[in-house]
Amino acid sequence: MKRTGLRALLLGVVALAGVVGTAAAQERVLRIGMTAADIPRTLGQPDQGFEGNRFTGIPLYDALTHWDLSKADQASVVIPGLATEWAVDANDRTKWVFRLRPGVRFHDGSPFNAAAVVWNVQKVLDQNAPHFDQSQVGVTVSRMPTLRSARAIDELTVELTTSEPDSFLPINLTNLFMASPAHWQAKFNAVPASVTDPRARAQQAWAAFAADPSGTGPFRGARFVPRERFEMTANRDYWDAARRPQIDRVVLLPIPEANARTAALLGNQVDWIEAPAPDAVPQITRRGFVMYQNAQPHVWPWQFSFVEGSPWLDRRVRHAANLCVNREEMKQLLGGLMETPRGSVPPGHPWWGNPSFNIRYDLPEAQRLMREAGHSPQRLLQVRVLTSASGSGQMQPVVMNEFLQQALRECYFDVQLEVGEWNAVFTNWREGARHPNARGANAINVTFATMDPFFAMVRFVSSATQPPVSNNWGHFVNPEFDQLIAAARTTFDAAGRDAALARLHARIVEEAPFLWVAHDVGPRAMSARVKGVVQPRSWFIDIATMRIE
Amino acid sequence: MTLFLLRRLLYALPIVLGVSLVCFALVHIAPGDPLISVLPPDATDEVRARMMAAYGFDRPYHEQFLLWAWRALHGDLGMSIATARPVASEVIRAVGNTLILAVAATVIGFAFGLLFGVVAGYFRDSWIDKAASTLAVVGVSVPHYWLGMVLVIIFSSELGWLPATGMGPSGSSGWVPDLEHLKHLALPALTMSVIPMGIVARTTRALVAEILSQDFVGALRAKGLSEGGVFRHVVKNAAPTAIAVMGLQLGYLLGGSILIETVFSWPGTGFLLNNAIFQRDLPLLQGTILVLALFFVVLNLVVDVVQTLLDPRIQRA
Repeated sequence: MKRTGLRALLLGVVALAGVVGTAAAQERVLRIGMTAADIPRTLGQPDQGFEGNRFTGIPLYDALTHWDLSKADQASVVIPGLATEWAVDANDRTKWVFRLRPGVRFHDGSPFNAAAVVWNVQKVLDQNAPHFDQSQVGVTVSRMPTLRSARAIDELTVELTTSEPDSFLPINLTNLFMASPAHWQAKFNAVPASVTDPRARAQQAWAAFAADPSGTGPFRGARFVPRERFEMTANRDYWDAARRPQIDRVVLLPIPEANARTAALLGNQVDWIEAPAPDAVPQITRRGFVMYQNAQPHVWPWQFSFVEGSPWLDRRVRHAANLCVNREEMKQLLGGLMETPRGSVPPGHPWWGNPSFNIRYDLPEAQRLMREAGHSPQRLLQVRVLTSASGSGQMQPVVMNEFLQQALRECYFDVQLEVGEWNAVFTNWREGARHPNARGANAINVTFATMDPFFAMVRFVSSATQPPVSNNWGHFVNPEFDQLIAAARTTFDAAGRDAALARLHARIVEEAPFLWVAHDVGPRAMSARVKGVVQPRSWFIDIATMRIE
Repeated sequence: MTLFLLRRLLYALPIVLGVSLVCFALVHIAPGDPLISVLPPDATDEVRARMMAAYGFDRPYHEQFLLWAWRALHGDLGMSIATARPVASEVIRAVGNTLILAVAATVIGFAFGLLFGVVAGYFRDSWIDKAASTLAVVGVSVPHYWLGMVLVIIFSSELGWLPATGMGPSGSSGWVPDLEHLKHLALPALTMSVIPMGIVARTTRALVAEILSQDFVGALRAKGLSEGGVFRHVVKNAAPTAIAVMGLQLGYLLGGSILIETVFSWPGTGFLLNNAIFQRDLPLLQGTILVLALFFVVLNLVVDVVQTLLDPRIQRA
């Protein structure tokens, strides 16, 4: 009897192990090698730039407004997220009313409502709130510069107030991710009583929250190993049925070295890598992996100086530089990993605007313009460009700048490259062309994202954004542009706002405060087992709609 | 011995202070914005000023240093700007990870280094000596970064035998000595071991050759001692120097290798320093360098003590 029981017990254990083993074997796991050197922050407001939003923002959290990531052939536009509709107050255009999506719950089971929105605005804007977190302020507030406060009107209606009328607010709000107040409070309550300073308690609560996050997104945080891995599991109760994950688990691995990422993919250690080593692309495709790329809202430019004595004050010179570069050759040089720009946004984009200046390769016209401006092979125009040897979004700056140096020689430019350390160059981007750290440069090479109108256009051409306020590095001042910006900011219907932005973009291209060189294409390589991949024209990508075969 | 220990400890104090001062000065002199990881360049002056004050960067340098040093004395290395996690826990975790790698590399490096060194010294000027010496020179000369990449290409990309990156497989929360984790350890440890292997081999070769030429070895042989017995005497005489070299090499390895740990995404001190440098994470940078400097000081102390135990003449000197 005893032996029979033991045998039955053993059989049971074996059977259970088999079931568990099969389930584990069948788990659909997607392993991603990121370029980041650390796991982007998981507490709601990620760091590590847009890669952070891509991997620990959008999958874990929702914002009031979302980017539409479902199309590869159109510009990504803002769509409803946790808010179903919104409108500005006709009498006071600094107030917006957002109607919230009913029935949404955080991963911890608590409800998402107007109070949660107020709490999430307070976490970065209200220094007196117990959960205010300084470490989240920088990456958040800078991306929604005019938002000032939030007030709950009822359970599912919230009023947001801005410092001035600002039609960009719904776009900015894609950056404010909704973390769970109830979950944070639970973490706060669990902080040992020995920690008495409220700020220290809040800090510890946020640290605990980051290790065990709770948002409303399609994935839940499952395992966090600092600097090593972050694992997320599918949220089967996600409110948007179309984005309910078909992948069971996503593993994020920081692999900052491009060759190491490539080797990890080739060795089947990961299923997806960001930015593979360009030289390895043929090998990657030969081994059956799939390359994805699409024009990103990104510009690789030279931004010109308009301070006294700058060689770029003459518009003919600016146009000549834009006409002198054979970008198709540069594309070849980069193994096809770039798109040719026609402005800061491409034709077909809602902000395109059909400018009269056509950015293209036209050497005779470029030379004619330069001769007209008084330059020739005997009278070269000296220009000095501040650039870096590497840096986020900079693609391959040395190779690309040397290509430009050579190309522009054909149009009577004598280009001197001033190569600085990335952080120093980046810092000077805000200090401006007049600052000693510009090292006498009259153009700067710092790449930028163009998802948001402020970041894409306004900060470079508004007289109010001259250094040290923002990135109008070259001190470009033109009252016409200030009026166009004001018109865009105060036009509150989306179509009217986009039309105003299109007029602004067209004028920017015509005045050419940049040499537009390339758009990055966000190359990524994936195992052929990963299906349903849509690479939108965006910095982001939707993991929730992918599947693994 | 107690006096000797106290004297060595006393010597260590100014070294630690000097290292912290130099490290603090260097990280603050370097160009770039210390808030770059948490503050985009478009941040308003108001937000920037608020953040500078919140992190204490608006205070004079000497105040910042004294505050940091005082807290460090109490075991508080501050909070990482980029991750908002305590620096102490970040560094401890990284040191633990580097320790695993360093110990594995040390075992491989010293085992092969001693083998090559002793064999080369014992058979001086023979083809065995030349072969072993060539291997040692190659070990010292070959660039880590390149070797790591070559090993990854062969064993990961082409053969698929070993993982190219990371400390452990999916689902792992920490390093445990099982087959999967050992596989992850193999390539970085091998890459890291070649330099100590070369150095130990060359040092041991010279030592063994020199000891073999001394009169007492001739006397031992004349007394009829077997070659095994002579060998034991040779090893005993070579040991203090070999251990000193080993200690220093272990110290270097514990400092982590930025290149190796970055190539293999091994989350140790080198990887941490690399991150801290690129993110201008000053508290993390200062904390990591301080802990590594302390490691060196302690390790040198341990080596001195062990050497003294093995050879009391050192203490007298």
